[in-house]
Amino acid sequence: MPFPRLSDLPSLPMRPEDLVPQRINRGPSPLLASGLPWVSVMLASLAAFSPVIASAPVVPPLAFMVFLAWRMLRPNLLPLWAGLPLGAFDDLYSGQPFGSGIVLWSAAMLVMDTVDNRLLWRSFLQDWAVSSLLMAGYLLLAAGIAGLAAAYPLPLVIGPQLLVTLALYPLVTRVVALLDRIRLLPLRSV
Amino acid sequence: MARPVDRRPGFSRRAQYGIFTGYVIAVAGFLAGAGLLVVSIVNPSAFSSVRGTAGELARPAGEAGAETRAAGQSVIAAIGAYFQAGRQNAALSREVAAARANALTMQALEGENRRLKALLGIVDPQARPVAAARLIGSTAASARRFAVLSAGASQGVRPGQPVRSAAGLIGRVIETGPGTARVLLVTDPENVVPVRRARDGLPAFVEGKSDGRIAIRLLNMGVNPLRLGDVFVTSGSGGLYPPGIPVAVVTEVLHDGGVGHLASDPADADFVVVLPVFQAAAVTALGASQQAAGPAPEASGN
Repeated sequence: MPFPRLSDLPSLPMRPEDLVPQRINRGPSPLLASGLPWVSVMLASLAAFSPVIASAPVVPPLAFMVFLAWRMLRPNLLPLWAGLPLGAFDDLYSGQPFGSGIVLWSAAMLVMDTVDNRLLWRSFLQDWAVSSLLMAGYLLLAAGIAGLAAAYPLPLVIGPQLLVTLALYPLVTRVVALLDRIRLLPLRSV
Repeated sequence: MARPVDRRPGFSRRAQYGIFTGYVIAVAGFLAGAGLLVVSIVNPSAFSSVRGTAGELARPAGEAGAETRAAGQSVIAAIGAYFQAGRQNAALSREVAAARANALTMQALEGENRRLKALLGIVDPQARPVAAARLIGSTAASARRFAVLSAGASQGVRPGQPVRSAAGLIGRVIETGPGTARVLLVTDPENVVPVRRARDGLPAFVEGKSDGRIAIRLLNMGVNPLRLGDVFVTSGSGGLYPPGIPVAVVTEVLHDGGVGHLASDPADADFVVVLPVFQAAAVTALGASQQAAGPAPEASGN
């Protein structure tokens, strides 16, 4: 049997838009369009139930990164108060004392609002820089709060975690951008 | 790219009020979170029931993950074994020969131990495990080190019970839900375990450094007697952990103690066993007397 040439192979759907055959007279499903950001952030919170049982904090705070990436990509999609419910959900699984996620996520939303008011133009590098500051602050404060809860200061071991987080952020934005295209697939007939 | 422009709602009162309400809720959420945070720092078990329910909901995902972990590790181990089969064979043969000799010595010591204990009239409580379960999740992103266990109050798991794997100590249960429980791992700085050196019974205690290693602190100051490779096992002091469970291996000797690696990495543990509290009556009495005596005075000038 001859080895199949590239042109003989059935082409894979490269874009999410190709999954939907018919596009005329169709609009995005409202449930998916407004619910996917929330669901994706909550699923990222559940990453604690991954197969890795870590004996050191090495996994980046995925839920917070997805949350920030949605905020950067679509500033008006998540309401300003989204940090309250999503942070509370993250607290249930993150191991932080309950309330730390609510405080830090709400504060991040307010900071992002200020940043949007100050900086008139957006670019990828600028987004990355702003989110790097936010994520570094989030990790430091979260470690500090965990130390408060343990009644004495924890040794700061978040260095490697911080580097991984900063380096992984662009990848998370790509995934969120893909989710955004899935979010707007024309599934509902108008 | 310019920033999105629809932040200014124009003259629509409704939209203006909507934005204002959003700010109010966001700030109120921040303040409410701060209040909850204070409550949960003052009383760490305040939200344990909510966390327990959340753990129950995520339990199927965690169990699927735990099975994937075991399968994934065996695949990697099988591939790795091909590359070092010869060397491993030779090393294992040597180890078996050494272990056989050790086992005979152990049997003799065990017999002697039994006779001596009978002589002294010490009766060890027979430790029947409470439950066997999987670790189905951990706080991989937080500085605190918790794991979630796939057994809970309905299987008889209670807060305070020690958890071990085949290789060594994992931690102790701190919160239980109906079908899941939270385990404080040995690597958490809040977890202090009394240990002794397996070789000669040198007393010490270990506490987590929260980076996957644990600090070994000696009770007797002076010349540091630690050597690389020393194995520490639980001593049974404090009445919580049964004696003889391996905890740590010294990998770094400091001037007043050492740093060790875990005898049992929770990531490698397929199944873990929940043990009953070693001396439950003693632990209860100790807790009651500590409560009656109030908080310990600040250590100063010693």
